[in-house]
Amino acid sequence: MVLVLTPLRLALAALGALALSVPPAGAADTPDPAADAKAFRNYFVRKFPNVKLEEFVNGPYALNQDMHRQWEEKEQFPPYEFSLEMGKEMFAMPFGNGKGYADCFPNQGIGIRQNYPYFDNKEGKVVTLELALNRCREANGEPALSYVEDEMAALTAYMAFTSRGKPFDIRIPDDPRALEAYQNGKRYFYARRGQLNFSCATCHVQNPGERMRAEVLAPALGILNAMPIYRSEWGGMGTISRRFTTCNSQIRGVPLDPQDEEYRDLEYYLSYVSNGLPISGPGARP
Amino acid sequence: MASSIRVRAIAGGETTEVQTLIQHPMDSGFVKDAKGEFIPAHFIQELSFEYDGRKVFVADWGTAVSKDPYVKFSFKGGNKGDDLKVSWIDNKGETDTTIVKIQ
Repeated sequence: MVLVLTPLRLALAALGALALSVPPAGAADTPDPAADAKAFRNYFVRKFPNVKLEEFVNGPYALNQDMHRQWEEKEQFPPYEFSLEMGKEMFAMPFGNGKGYADCFPNQGIGIRQNYPYFDNKEGKVVTLELALNRCREANGEPALSYVEDEMAALTAYMAFTSRGKPFDIRIPDDPRALEAYQNGKRYFYARRGQLNFSCATCHVQNPGERMRAEVLAPALGILNAMPIYRSEWGGMGTISRRFTTCNSQIRGVPLDPQDEEYRDLEYYLSYVSNGLPISGPGARP
Repeated sequence: MASSIRVRAIAGGETTEVQTLIQHPMDSGFVKDAKGEFIPAHFIQELSFEYDGRKVFVADWGTAVSKDPYVKFSFKGGNKGDDLKVSWIDNKGETDTTIVKIQ
């Protein structure tokens, strides 16, 4: 008898379950991220048959022609320019001990945005770019930056800019904890919360392209590819952390702390299902 | 510090099209900070564009203009390679100037 033992099956076998009684892979209740991502993408492609796949990273601008024209004009002179410049300067500025951000990242931190967040096998947790930046600072004796303010947005803006056009390449290693983090993020995405009883998906899967007051809702597909964003509504830049926490407040829920494990899992899930779409950050949104 | 003014001026036929983005808080004086205290008004009062010794565009601004304002206009004349001087002065007397080449 030939048996291919995946870690999950091994674990079950170790628990005393008979290898033969394990349900076949692909059963409905077995998490299958690759199939999820495909279904997720197909849903948006079918919903917006006139939008090219790589255009989804432009959020509402991809869905509304009038807004698209305004955006093209805006991109000639993008409002995130100042932040980008600040990020570039910050990134190049050495820490007190002489080291820099470049020493903490593969390829000196250039053109790597598409690989974040990743699952850290040693730690057993998801590591986002924002978290990695603060860990880099702390390891070099610098105080951590706020996850929702301008400095962090500037740094991630610069790192996204150097990665523009590279497709999201989020991997789920063969580790049950990684799959669990992915599943947890997916659960968070679809779970309703807050006084309005909205899930992330209520707006960004069921209603992208529709108006929420004056705003046109962005599709969840490719939504993180454009981060961080300059929002005219905020009058400034916002990180992924800022986006998640404000989304939660807007549905009158209680936001988690920025970079809470659940938010990191959410970012992991949401990035994974946008795999293959190009990084377009930093972005500008109304 | 880097200049607070970004300018792109492009000559095309008889006119030159100018786009400018300025970094400025443009505080109206009516907004409160986290402690509940008013943030004092701080806004650009005059923005001017000078070409060939004459002012081609002058804006008298007040508190109604947004943070990090953007301006786009065209003026008659202007040749590739010429200088265009942009400057602003705000209500606190702060000022910034930059000179760019028309493209």
